[in-house]
Amino acid sequence: MNIGILVKEGPYNHQASDTAYMFAVAAIKRGHRVDAVFLYNDGVLNVTKLMDPPQDDRHISSRWAQFSLKHNTRIYACVVASKRRGISDDIVIEGADITGLGTFTEIATRNDRLLTFG
Amino acid sequence: MHVLRHAPHGTIYSYEGVEMILIMATYEQDISVVFIGDGVYALKKGQDTSAIGTKGFAKTFKAFDGYDVEKLYVDQLSLEERGLREDDLVVDIEVVSSGKIGELMHEQDVIIHH
Repeated sequence: MNIGILVKEGPYNHQASDTAYMFAVAAIKRGHRVDAVFLYNDGVLNVTKLMDPPQDDRHISSRWAQFSLKHNTRIYACVVASKRRGISDDIVIEGADITGLGTFTEIATRNDRLLTFG
Repeated sequence: MHVLRHAPHGTIYSYEGVEMILIMATYEQDISVVFIGDGVYALKKGQDTSAIGTKGFAKTFKAFDGYDVEKLYVDQLSLEERGLREDDLVVDIEVVSSGKIGELMHEQDVIIHH
């Protein structure tokens, strides 16, 4: 099955990003394809390189970067939501792009399922 | 289908939801919007956000038909629970039962909640 993922909550404050990540990993393990991850609302904060959590905690943006690289899954942050929250091209992780909701419309419509987290 | 389920102020969910609806409408999608739970408050007439320093957006719903977003539904039970009636709302909207909303959801290709 081809799957699109929408994440609507920011890192650490809310479990949505963790659950989305774990779901994506589990889905791929089961043989599904995760086409793309789209970030909206505070979800755009998941791809900032500037986050610096304590060493004994997970690094949420690095984890998404590794996921993107390993599975060739692009992560897209909504440009309007990003601008509102200070997320710009020069601070986002490898594998992530800032883009418009046209991209999201395509992700939502071309996949068998869109799963929303948050 | 877009589902607005949060109160209009206090969080940004409904506001950014409306932004998404308007942009997706320009991509010629067959869009419907459902208001459930506290989401119905977004439709209430006479909102004034000047004292909280945020942008009000109740008027935006009146512009929806200009974007060909014409399938608007509000959950009857959610209105009743909050003491609201159809004439308290800023737009003409179809008041439907929760069961009907369930049926409509079943017909959708994609549901995005806000």
